[in-house]
Amino acid sequence: MVENRPFATFVSHAVLVCGVLLIAFPIWITFVAASHDAVRITQVPLPLWPGDQFFGNLYDTLTKGVGNAREQSVGLMLLNSLAMALMIAVGKIAISLLSAFAIVYFDFRFRMFFFWIIFITLMLPVEVRILPTFSVVANLGMLDTYLGLSVPLIASATATFMFRQVFLTIPDELLEAARLDGAGPLRFFKDILLPMSRTNIAALFVILFIYGWNQYLWPLLITTDKSMYTIVMGIKQMLEAAEESPEWHLIMMTTLLAMLPPVVVIVFMQKLFVKGLTETEK
Amino acid sequence: MAHVILEKVQKTYPNGFKAIHGVDVEINDGELLVLVGPSGCGKSTLLRMVAGLEETTSGKIAIAGKDVTCLEPAERDIAMVFQNYALYPHMNVFDNMAYGLKIRKLPKPEIEARVKKASAILELTDEQLTRKPRQLSGGQRQRVAMGRAIVREPSVFLFDEPLSNLDAKLRVQMRLEIKKLQERLGITSIYVTHDQVEAMTLGHRLMVLNEGNVEQLGTPIELYEKPASVFVAGFIGSPAMNFISVTFSDDGKQINIPGGENYYLKNSRYSHAAGKTVMLGIRPEHIHINAGEANLHMKISLIEHLGADTLLHGHFGDDESDLTIRVDGTQMLQTGEKIPVSVAEDHLHFFDTDTDKRIYPET
Repeated sequence: MVENRPFATFVSHAVLVCGVLLIAFPIWITFVAASHDAVRITQVPLPLWPGDQFFGNLYDTLTKGVGNAREQSVGLMLLNSLAMALMIAVGKIAISLLSAFAIVYFDFRFRMFFFWIIFITLMLPVEVRILPTFSVVANLGMLDTYLGLSVPLIASATATFMFRQVFLTIPDELLEAARLDGAGPLRFFKDILLPMSRTNIAALFVILFIYGWNQYLWPLLITTDKSMYTIVMGIKQMLEAAEESPEWHLIMMTTLLAMLPPVVVIVFMQKLFVKGLTETEK
Repeated sequence: MAHVILEKVQKTYPNGFKAIHGVDVEINDGELLVLVGPSGCGKSTLLRMVAGLEETTSGKIAIAGKDVTCLEPAERDIAMVFQNYALYPHMNVFDNMAYGLKIRKLPKPEIEARVKKASAILELTDEQLTRKPRQLSGGQRQRVAMGRAIVREPSVFLFDEPLSNLDAKLRVQMRLEIKKLQERLGITSIYVTHDQVEAMTLGHRLMVLNEGNVEQLGTPIELYEKPASVFVAGFIGSPAMNFISVTFSDDGKQINIPGGENYYLKNSRYSHAAGKTVMLGIRPEHIHINAGEANLHMKISLIEHLGADTLLHGHFGDDESDLTIRVDGTQMLQTGEKIPVSVAEDHLHFFDTDTDKRIYPET
């Protein structure tokens, strides 16, 4: 729709600006709060402009740790989060690719049955099956480990379904051409399917990385050792300081740090991300 | 370099549909056999069975004296050109052609030499070798698809309607190139098409398929001059052959066309058909306007000017069945006009109305 009415342009810009302010203002406050010292942040009125303590706070946060999670530096929490998010994203993609490959290209017994079983797991996210999953992980001795943090979240029906749709758009002739060229199933998978779904893999990686990074409930349940805390649940622990008031300037700094990696991933993979979700031509 | 033998080859799908009802053919070394027929006649299925992409239900397929019925496609020493080219979109042209050779673990210099040779044959430039398939035009993709087949140096080429995605002009050009290429390389080929012009011009022999049955196998000229059934007669030739239901006189020397026209056979060789009602087939190009020796009359109902020749639509006498004739040049005629026409006796084809098979003259 191409229209040239100045008033309409003004209104649409005004709506957009309001939206941006609504989203951006809390983030601005977070940034401002992270740059003042502990005293200034608790005084009224709330400061609206950044102070001069930003790098000092950054140093304190990364090395010393905050509040109830004092024994654990935020730097290590970031590493834990990164490890968990990467394991979840990579694991989910690998498993979904393989299961979609099996479902689309192999004609085994009960193929559709298995497909629907995978699909039905969509109805059973971690929150629903949290007790049995916890018991399984505990019995396997995976409490307070990276495996325990990531493995229960790895199985993914959505990703399997998405790769199935991607594979279905790849013409059968390509498979036949590869068979004539003498490529076996794994060779076909590696040489043809993987490169052809490259953009889809990238798009899914972005979504799954953020999904993994933002996990809260599951890490909260299975980590008791403070050295295994992830950053998102760590923030919550920082608020529960028993005998002292919360150190808001450091908590806000931690929040900023927690927001950073998803933003970085999106900024650097934006092109592939959009391509992977919109491109249909094979 | 090999000949291909198909023996009683049949295909039945799991749902019970019988796609191929038993095909026997021996394709000689260096021959180009065209499988032709309307869509759904089983021609592609048969080709894919030779390629090993479809299982053969019963019968035997042998390539170069080796029974390949149960072998994988890659073990059959064949190369196939697909209708939509099936190029790997993420590989450049060179890698597309080299992929099969890489899998077969040929040494790198050998692969490069073969690809260079094939691209020289197909007139692909070095610059084009580095492009992705989507950056090429339809005709160039077609060449790459053929190049991929050539570099493998197979015993047999299989073509599955390779020209149907090209525009009309390019199709004629590529048709010539395929013919030249096949003759130059001398590789036994099987070519599937639904286009009878392509079939006639390319094939050393044609196999006409209809609903999984072989209607006729022969050279293009044999099929044109002596079609074995109504199906083949109607399929080969453009515009299609005219069919009229006629009756032989009791002595077999005259045929009566409904609507009052009669045709006298000078040297009757159809006494075995005397008195019978049969299907008469005449090709449009074999009916001539001829005032002198006219043996029939035609009433014109529609005229189509094509420039080089003119198509006249009408009927014999008061007969109802439509008739098309093709005459050279531009004819200044009027619709509704009744014109004298002649047909040579050799150009009459008779078919049994029950079996649709050709009635051969007595010798």
